[in-house]
Amino acid sequence: MSMTSLSGGAFSGQSSPWASRIAVAAVHFFLMVLFLQNTGADTWASIGGFLFIHLYSVLVLAYWSKMERTAAGDTLIVTLMLEYVVMVLLFWDDFRSWPWSTFFGLVMVQVVAFAAVTYWKELRQAPPTAWFGLIVIMLYIMIAATAPIIAPFGETEIVGSEYEEWGEEYLLGTDNLGRDMLTRIVYGARNTVGIAFVTTVLAFVIGGLCGLLAATMRGWTDEVMSRIVDILMAIPSLIFGLLLLTIFGTSVLSLIIVIALLDSTRVYRLARAVAMNVVVMEFVEAARLRGEGLWWIIRHEILPNIMPPLVAEFGLRFCFVFLFISALSFLGLGIQPPTADWGSMVRDNATLITFGEPTPLIPAGAIALLTVGVNFVVDWFLHKASGLKE
Amino acid sequence: MHDILKMIARRLGFGLGTLLAVSIIIAGAVELLPGDLAQEILGQSATEENLAQFRKELGLDKPVYERYLTWLGGMVQGDFGKSLANQREISELMGVRLKNTLYLAAIAAVISVPLSLFLGILAALYRNGIYDRTVNVTTLSSISFPEFFVAYILIFVLSVHLDLLPSISNISEDLDAGERLRRAVLPALTLTLVVVAHMMRMTRAAIINLLASPYIEMARLKGLKPGRIITKHALPNALAPIINVVVLNLAYLIVGVVVVEVVFVYPGLGQLLVDSVSKRDIPVVQACCLVFAMTFILLNLLADVLSILSNPRLLHPR
Repeated sequence: MSMTSLSGGAFSGQSSPWASRIAVAAVHFFLMVLFLQNTGADTWASIGGFLFIHLYSVLVLAYWSKMERTAAGDTLIVTLMLEYVVMVLLFWDDFRSWPWSTFFGLVMVQVVAFAAVTYWKELRQAPPTAWFGLIVIMLYIMIAATAPIIAPFGETEIVGSEYEEWGEEYLLGTDNLGRDMLTRIVYGARNTVGIAFVTTVLAFVIGGLCGLLAATMRGWTDEVMSRIVDILMAIPSLIFGLLLLTIFGTSVLSLIIVIALLDSTRVYRLARAVAMNVVVMEFVEAARLRGEGLWWIIRHEILPNIMPPLVAEFGLRFCFVFLFISALSFLGLGIQPPTADWGSMVRDNATLITFGEPTPLIPAGAIALLTVGVNFVVDWFLHKASGLKE
Repeated sequence: MHDILKMIARRLGFGLGTLLAVSIIIAGAVELLPGDLAQEILGQSATEENLAQFRKELGLDKPVYERYLTWLGGMVQGDFGKSLANQREISELMGVRLKNTLYLAAIAAVISVPLSLFLGILAALYRNGIYDRTVNVTTLSSISFPEFFVAYILIFVLSVHLDLLPSISNISEDLDAGERLRRAVLPALTLTLVVVAHMMRMTRAAIINLLASPYIEMARLKGLKPGRIITKHALPNALAPIINVVVLNLAYLIVGVVVVEVVFVYPGLGQLLVDSVSKRDIPVVQACCLVFAMTFILLNLLADVLSILSNPRLLHPR
């Protein structure tokens, strides 16, 4: 697998002449203008339209212009970025109600659609559980990405009286402060999942980097880091997390940093273990003798070879962090109000359960559904990566 | 036998070292506070005299290592200091609650360990069949459920709609044994559902791992029934990883009760910890953390030792 194509980016695709890129971008742009002018404020139509446009352009780029897939993705993201700026200038009035996060959402939708097209061959052979997981993940990404468009009310807007029933106006009723449940759930997708994602990425950067360094450098670096991690891992993470949050207070930033640090110990263990197996191989030895630097060896020789277990671990870690943050929020120590978050929604509306109302089960179920989905996908991925046939 | 004793002694030594290091971390975490504990509790408006008085009371005027040693000495003798929130002795606060937590964990363990072993062996026996696949999907899902989701579903079904069990398990000393058990069933059931999945998956994996070995094939070739092969031939050798995962899950039962206790308003140690964290009652948090961490480390140690002891190759050296 070539890692260079990633850094080469939009300007290194060999099989696609610039003319075809520009043509595709122009068609793309034209469709978007046409469509925005016609649909106006109808949000569902606009989401559908956006999806269609993006699917179309990804398909065209991947097949018709036979573009390298990373290059195609980069091109589309750059195009979208430019497009958005132009659109904002052209349709200023409409765009004031379409925040930047919407654009971010569009890029996400783009990436998802793009991934679906490029991996279609493998996806076709996926078992039903993996399909279920993939669809769930995609759904969550889309909801999180387009939250301001989908949600009927504002995130912290008080729209009615407390605990209203399910009905026409408030599809899932209102919560303990009279905020719309559905809106909170939609925004919760963005906050809870987003924070968990950022935390996992941070944990991987810290843990993965340290693990790789430990495996490559060996000696006392490895020894010292491993002993520290051993001791940190001896304390149950929920308990340790609670202790640290008592001391640093419960802001989103300290939440992210504390949990990322706690989780990076687990990532470190895995990264070090799998990297150890590669470090002893002849080609690493050869690279060393050639006089390559530490960073080069990690990036070009070790990292590509340990990607599959790390990717699978990312999925599992994400689930773990997601559940961890939800549990903390449920205990009232995680994401703080008025930010919409699934864990604290369950806590705030728990009294409804004793009256026989299932409403608080919805955010809890939303958490469960996503973790189940990710687990199914990881299971399939591991099965595929290990080359097992039964 | 000599080698085993040496190995166990080494593990024990390592465990003690970890405990000491953990106690240093828990005690030292407070040093990370911006300012110090007195400033944090009394607030910005406190006068210098008040601060000095308070520091003296808590022993904050002494150097770090001395403070740590007195704290550790107190802990060892069962003197945990006083709560900042209500000035009560921490050991008094924790005593009953620790017993309650252990009671809950014990009930959950009694239900979940035999159940998961049984289900795991069954899944290994009928592997790749319908039963195995169903179990695989169900356990994979239930591992990924947040505890409070499981808990609220149980409340919703068993206590609100069927009205079988109380949704709040506020047990106390003066209840008779039957009522106590009745109130603790729902939280115990929640914990069971959470750990069974993990334990039975490991049991299944441990047994299936062995099924490819030559001696199992031998047993199969001489015409033994699959059930007999698994229980008599595979299970004894799979015991080490199974015992390991069972003990680790026991550790989880004691430590992981925090969320479940909060859902059911169960008066255990986890509830106390969460309350103290939200009040920022640091001495209580430290004491609870130390107790939890200690249980966790000791059970891990036990898992280590047991897996050495259950390894036939070590027990009968050539």
